[in-house]
Amino acid sequence: MASGQTVLQFSQSSTNLTAKVHPLVIFNICDCFVRRPDQSERVIGTLLGSVLPDGNVDIRNSYAVPHNESSDQVALDIDYHHNMLLSHQKVNPKEVIVGWFSTGFGVTGGSALIHDFYSREVTNPIHLIVDTGFTNGAAAIKAFVSVGLSLGDQQLAAQFQEIPLDLRMVEAERVGFDILKTPMVDKLPSDLEGMEASMERLLALIDDVYKYVDDVVEGHVAPDNSIGRFIADTVASIPKLPPQAFDKLVNDSLQDQLLLLYLSSITRTQLTLAEKLNTAAQIL
Amino acid sequence: MANSMARSFLQVAATEEVAPPLRVVQIEGLVVLKIIKHCKEFSPALVTGQLLGLDVGSVLEVTNCFPFPIRDEDEEIEAEGANYQLEMMRCLREVNVDNNTVGWYQSTLFGSFQTVELIETFMNYQENIRRCVCIIYDPSRSNQGVLALKALKLSDSFMELYRNNNFTGEKLREKNLSWVDIFEEIPIKVSNSALISAFMTELEPDTPVAQCDYERLQLSTQPYLERNMEFLIECMDDLSMEQQKFQFYYRNLSRQQSQQQAWLQKRRAENMARKAAGEEPLPEEDPSNPVFKPIPEPSRLDSFLITNQVSNYCNQINGVAGQSFSRLYLMKALHES
Repeated sequence: MASGQTVLQFSQSSTNLTAKVHPLVIFNICDCFVRRPDQSERVIGTLLGSVLPDGNVDIRNSYAVPHNESSDQVALDIDYHHNMLLSHQKVNPKEVIVGWFSTGFGVTGGSALIHDFYSREVTNPIHLIVDTGFTNGAAAIKAFVSVGLSLGDQQLAAQFQEIPLDLRMVEAERVGFDILKTPMVDKLPSDLEGMEASMERLLALIDDVYKYVDDVVEGHVAPDNSIGRFIADTVASIPKLPPQAFDKLVNDSLQDQLLLLYLSSITRTQLTLAEKLNTAAQIL
Repeated sequence: MANSMARSFLQVAATEEVAPPLRVVQIEGLVVLKIIKHCKEFSPALVTGQLLGLDVGSVLEVTNCFPFPIRDEDEEIEAEGANYQLEMMRCLREVNVDNNTVGWYQSTLFGSFQTVELIETFMNYQENIRRCVCIIYDPSRSNQGVLALKALKLSDSFMELYRNNNFTGEKLREKNLSWVDIFEEIPIKVSNSALISAFMTELEPDTPVAQCDYERLQLSTQPYLERNMEFLIECMDDLSMEQQKFQFYYRNLSRQQSQQQAWLQKRRAENMARKAAGEEPLPEEDPSNPVFKPIPEPSRLDSFLITNQVSNYCNQINGVAGQSFSRLYLMKALHES
């Protein structure tokens, strides 16, 4: 910027960070919203997590903080916030405050006040908004940081700037969406049922690929090189083994497993026998 | 909704004496995620936490939970732990979370959770709350795409025996209690609020493959099975130690009995002689004689618990081996085609 001139500018620091949200945080916020006190429009609370070495923020935990809101002021229960923070840090000292959350749509006037408060707790807090009202007919989850608007050296105002949010829920995927999506699941899938589901999905995928390839070969679909390369890579990732070696590999593993099964069955038989003998043995 | 809730509370209060048996544990998705997060972050250390919820008829609803800090043996810290617990419950009540303890959760490694400590904790909880449940999560199993969540409680007949600390063979036979009857597994239901379900559906379109599919199709189960076998062997050793204890006990018992017989015969012969001589017979029992001191029977609790663990390992091996079979055949088919 030219020297000597006063320039109206946003400080550009820390605008390229992203936030990663653990699914637990979303679940907790929704639960807090469902349990909010009468008359209150929204819930707000603290986000816990850690700042990764590359500056990105990992939001891993959260808790709601009671508050009172009138038209122009917000009263946050600061004692509660501190108590809860202490309790959480007893369990996991590595999780520190990284920001705060609120439900609703967009930023409201009170938000700036709360953000100010959290700025005193931690530098550059993140503000997460979860639209529990589905205002636009979509589940909007947004994260903001505050960016200072300054005239020369003078701070004029702060602006909420949206930052990218990583909502890939590897953790939730591990559990399986089937049980997290539906309102009620009657039974947890067992080992083999899970396996069956996975295999079915794999088969469906293979069928899809077959269909696509056939369509391309017959000219129904325009070929796409990138998809073709993906398919080629996938096929190539199956190691090329001579049939004998492969058979040996499979048979060896099969025999190992069979041996284990046999051992465990023998153990069980032994247990049943011991049980009978132990209770039967009684010297009169 | 609130109205029907209130009524069901009343119903529960009214039918308190009858107390329908616990049939289902209904867990919120939130609690599942919280437990998994806590257990995973501290794995392989074992952690515990408290379950909060409602007891409605034959369903135990678990609607929230909070973790405990890692426990220390130090007494001062233990008192602090109790404070922490109270503080946390108070804080959660302020944001309208169900403030009613329904049990606890704990992590385990390779399913080795059947210990005396677990039973003791359970008895402690049971004293304060009529109905409680223990949820066990195994982080080591979840690496294979399995949601290893279990809800357990102790069976009533076992609790009665445990209270009297009576684990002799005779009592057990009287109650017809065997090692399978110590723990009861309760089926788990998972529920999510409509809001969460809407969010999840919106945020996660139906993906053809998920992380758990990758993990399930992972071919290498060797390390897991190996560890399992190691534990199994250890347990078998323990079990045979217990068996030896019993053998020792029975041997001592039969030796004592033959000694008693010999003593009795001697005394009788003596009495005959005294009778013939016209003297008073001596009593046929002599409590001061060490031969008549009863030998304490070793408790069967340990061997029961070990048996439980062994069978648990066997089940796990069976489960994993079954999965590997399907994987191997799948791989074979893939390779051939």
